Order: sequence, then structure tokens, then C-alpha cells
Amino acid sequence: MLAFVLTLVLLLGIVIVLAYAERKVAAFMQDRLGPTEAGPYGSLQSVLDVLKLLQKEDIVPAAADKKLFKLAPILIFAAVFAGFAVIPFAPALVPAGIGIGVFYLLAIISLDVVGLLMAGWGSNNKYAMLGAMRSVAQIVSYEIPAGLAILSAVMVCQSLDFQEISYQQGALINQFPGLEYDMNWLFGIRELGINTTTIGGILTWNIFRAPMLLVSFVLYFIASLAESNRAPFDIPEAESELVAGFHVEYSGFRFAVLFLAEYSMMVLVSLVAVVLFLGSWNTPLPNIGPVSLAYWTSGTVGELSGILWGAFWLLSKTFVLLFLQLQIRWTYPRLRVDQLMHLCWKVLTPVALGVVLLAGIWRLLMV
Amino acid sequence: MQCHKLRFAKLAAGKFEMEKAIKHKSGFRESVQSLLSGLRLTWRHFRNARSRRTPEYVSDKNYFSQPDGLVTLKYPYEALPVPDNGRYRLHNEIDDCIVCDLCAKVCPVNCITIESVKATEEIGATSDGTKKRLFAPVFDIDMAKCCYCGLCTTVCPTDCLTMTPVYDFAEVNIKNMIYHFTDLTPEEAEEKKQLLARQQEEMAAAKAAALAARKQA
Repeated sequence: MLAFVLTLVLLLGIVIVLAYAERKVAAFMQDRLGPTEAGPYGSLQSVLDVLKLLQKEDIVPAAADKKLFKLAPILIFAAVFAGFAVIPFAPALVPAGIGIGVFYLLAIISLDVVGLLMAGWGSNNKYAMLGAMRSVAQIVSYEIPAGLAILSAVMVCQSLDFQEISYQQGALINQFPGLEYDMNWLFGIRELGINTTTIGGILTWNIFRAPMLLVSFVLYFIASLAESNRAPFDIPEAESELVAGFHVEYSGFRFAVLFLAEYSMMVLVSLVAVVLFLGSWNTPLPNIGPVSLAYWTSGTVGELSGILWGAFWLLSKTFVLLFLQLQIRWTYPRLRVDQLMHLCWKVLTPVALGVVLLAGIWRLLMV
Repeated sequence: MQCHKLRFAKLAAGKFEMEKAIKHKSGFRESVQSLLSGLRLTWRHFRNARSRRTPEYVSDKNYFSQPDGLVTLKYPYEALPVPDNGRYRLHNEIDDCIVCDLCAKVCPVNCITIESVKATEEIGATSDGTKKRLFAPVFDIDMAKCCYCGLCTTVCPTDCLTMTPVYDFAEVNIKNMIYHFTDLTPEEAEEKKQLLARQQEEMAAAKAAALAARKQA
């Protein structure tokens, strides 16, 4: 229960920062100022937006399927929020440390699609319906390259436990029960003779433990943009053609929940990318001889220092990825539906299959 | 013949160049390069967001060339300066006004309303020496109707009606767009009217008396 409340508060905080950052980043990239009035440098803007949304009338269209319409936002947010349960925030801090975390996450996020369809269908609005259908088609298609990219990481790590995958990617590897005698080699190649077990840092991140995971990271990042309906894959919401897609009929608190779910999804996919590919809560600084930067910036497992350092690194990396998502939104134009499907089925999926094959070979050869 | 061949070769080369120029680049390398150059562009703008354009006058060297940084000005707090002889809101210097009604007559949109009352005694002169003979109990300009043509200021004989560089005077209530320039309170105006009426009565009485006296003579 405590984990639930803490995660919810943390998530709300991140989403509010993110909504503000989105406006400011967009403004700066377009040579504008962005919000300036509410609070210093407009920093209270998103808080005020939430307060405003809470005050709004809760409108349910007369022709809507009322049950579906009311249930959809809750289901969408619950599906996304449930995904946070298995994300490890620090070495000894994970809301629910289950052994099949990756599998659970993929399954529970897919539930999102049902909520989207409920919202689109229940609204009884053609734009909402179109948006929902596009959204579902897109998310279902892009789950395949995303899943394959995750699979390649899982194959290399030989684990479905996010916490175990996290421990493997740093100097603390031997502190995880069951990994006491595991070793990390640079690029996962023992023949190079560079043992990185105690060096840690960026050299033991998954993208360095098995270099082909860099490709799957890129694949996963692209697919995750599509899964969270972000530009350039925002055709389900396409403001200029569909008004707002599936949530066009929503107002007030329900809209706030949908908005929250959308931004939570961004945060979640970035967290997953960081945990699986970018070293999770591990520090990027390696131990260099007597200068043990990695140990200095990791704290002690199970103590407050470990939790603070872990959360700091995890969130910093996540924010870098989130910034990249924002920058991509304000850089690239929207893809057409056919281009979207072309990219998914003819580019990402074959490449992801190739990477999975390569990851399997890598795992067999590396010790 | 040689010359011919050369020209043909040149033409062919030119054609080839053109084909190359419009060739659609779609390779993996080109795509990645173009994606990265897009990211570089937005990143450059993001970095340059530290500098901001300054509210400079149009004659300033930098007015048209501020390539980097944010272009927005926080308007109510900062504004681009307008010329001193900007022709926006009207202003009437009522002390210099002789209430000649020319401005109201020339106004193409009838936004000026003037009522005049003849003065019963000397009421002074304007700053350019013209004698004032009329009071203006009403001198209203409806800036919501004004079309900023400036005709009223050109016909004004004493140059008391001018256009000012003030351009931001939006109002919530449209009635506030009517500017009252009279310097008389309603009571004063009433008093002047009564004075004039009494004087006219007296004059009429005097006239009648004179007429009667002439008849008797």
C-alpha cells in the first residue's frame, strides 16, 4: 500500500514536471517563451491546469455508451499504472519484485488497448472512433518490434526479473542473490580479456555487455514512441485531423486521468528502456583503478544512500530519454498510416528478428 | 565537329547533374543523416533559447537581424517602441479647443459628438491666440468607431485635436471606449445654458422694448 501511494505521488510529480517541460521545450525549440505568468518562469502552469480540469463540469455525451465511457479512463490509467509495480527504483527498492516482471509488464500494458477501444467506441463520436482504431492498430503492431527488442535483452540477461537485470548491469552484480559468481566482460566477449565485473559504470550497461542491444535499444525507443502515441507516431491523436483522437469527448477529471495516463505511459516506456538497456539505477561512472567512482556514486545497497543514488541515476537517465521524446515530437512531422505500417512491419520487425538471432548467438558464445 | 561533340557532352553532363539534383535520397545513411540534422536544428534553437530579442526601435541596426534566441516579447511588460509621431489614440486639448465642430463634420464615421453653448462673456483665448466663444458641454470621441484616418486632426484650426502614440487601450466595457474631453461638469454646463438663456431673454426683451419705443416714436 505504501509503495502504491509513493509510486503514485512520484508519478504525479514526474508527470507535472513533464507537462511543464513539454511546454517550455516546445516553446524554446520554436523560439517562443512558453508559460511565463503562473509562478516563477511559469513553473506552476501545469499545476494550475490540473486544478482547472478538476473544476470543470463532468460531461457525458447523451448518445455515449455511459458505462464504457466512464470506465475507460480508469482502465487506461490502471493499466499503465500497474506497469510501474515491477519497475525497480533503486537497488533494494521495487514496489513488487516478481520474477516474471518483464512478462507481466508487457501483458499489463497491452490492457491499455482495451481501454482505448472502450473510450473510442463509448464516446459515439466519429473522430474518437477513428482515433481509437488507429491507436489500437498502431499499438498492437508496434508491440511486436518492442517485444522482440525486449526479448533480445532478456535473452542476454537470462532473466525476466527487472531487479536481476538491473543488478547485472553494474559493479554491484555480485550482491544479488544468485549472481554471486557472475562476471561481466567488455562487450560480453571473454576472449578480449577485459573483466568489467568490478569496473562497472557505463561499461556494464546492457548496450555494452552485448553491443547488438544498442540496436534493440533504438528499435525499442522507436516502438515505444508509437506505443505511447507520441509524435512522429501520433496519428491516433493528430490534432490537425482528428481533433484529439479517442479522448475528444472527455472533459474535466476524466480528461485529466487520460492525460495523466498518456504521460505516465511516456514515463513508463522510458523507465523500461533505461532498466533494460541503459544500466537501470546503476551509475554511468566506472571504477578506474584506485578511483572507484562507481562505488562512490552507488551508495550502499539497502541503505538510504543506495536508494537515493539509485533513484537519482534512474530518474536522470529517464529524464534524458523523456527530453529526447519531447525533442523528437517538436522535430519530426507525423507519419502517414501506410508509412507507419511500413516502418513497423518491413523495417523494425525484420531488424528486431535479426537482433534476437544475434543476441541468442551472443549468449551462447559468451560466458 | 569537335565543337559539336563538346557541346553535346556538356549538355549531357548538365542533364545528368539535374537528375542527380532531384534524385530522391532514400538510403539508410541519408535517412539517418537527415533525421540527425533535424535533431541538431531543434537542439540549436533549444540552446540559443538563453538569449532573447530586445525591444528595440525600428531604426536600430538589429531590428531585422536577430537570428538567435527567442523572438517573443512579454508584451504588457515589454513592447516594441512606436514612433513618437505614431497616429493612434485621439486626444483633444480642450483648453485650446474653440468648439468649431469642424472635426465632427469631417469625420467619415461620425465618431465625434459635440454640443456647444455660446458663452455669455469673454472666456479667454487658446494658446495660439484665437478667441474662445463657445463652451463644449459635450465633446465625446467614440474610439470604438474611429477609423484612424486623421482627417479631424488636419481640419482642426487650433491644432488641439491630435493623434497620440498610445495604441493599447482595449476596454472590457465598450462604453469606456467613448472618451469625454469636456472640462465642464454637468452642473456647470447647465449653469452656462441658463446664463445663455437668460441673456437671450434679456436681449429679446431689450429688442422688444426697442421695437415698442420705435413704434411709439
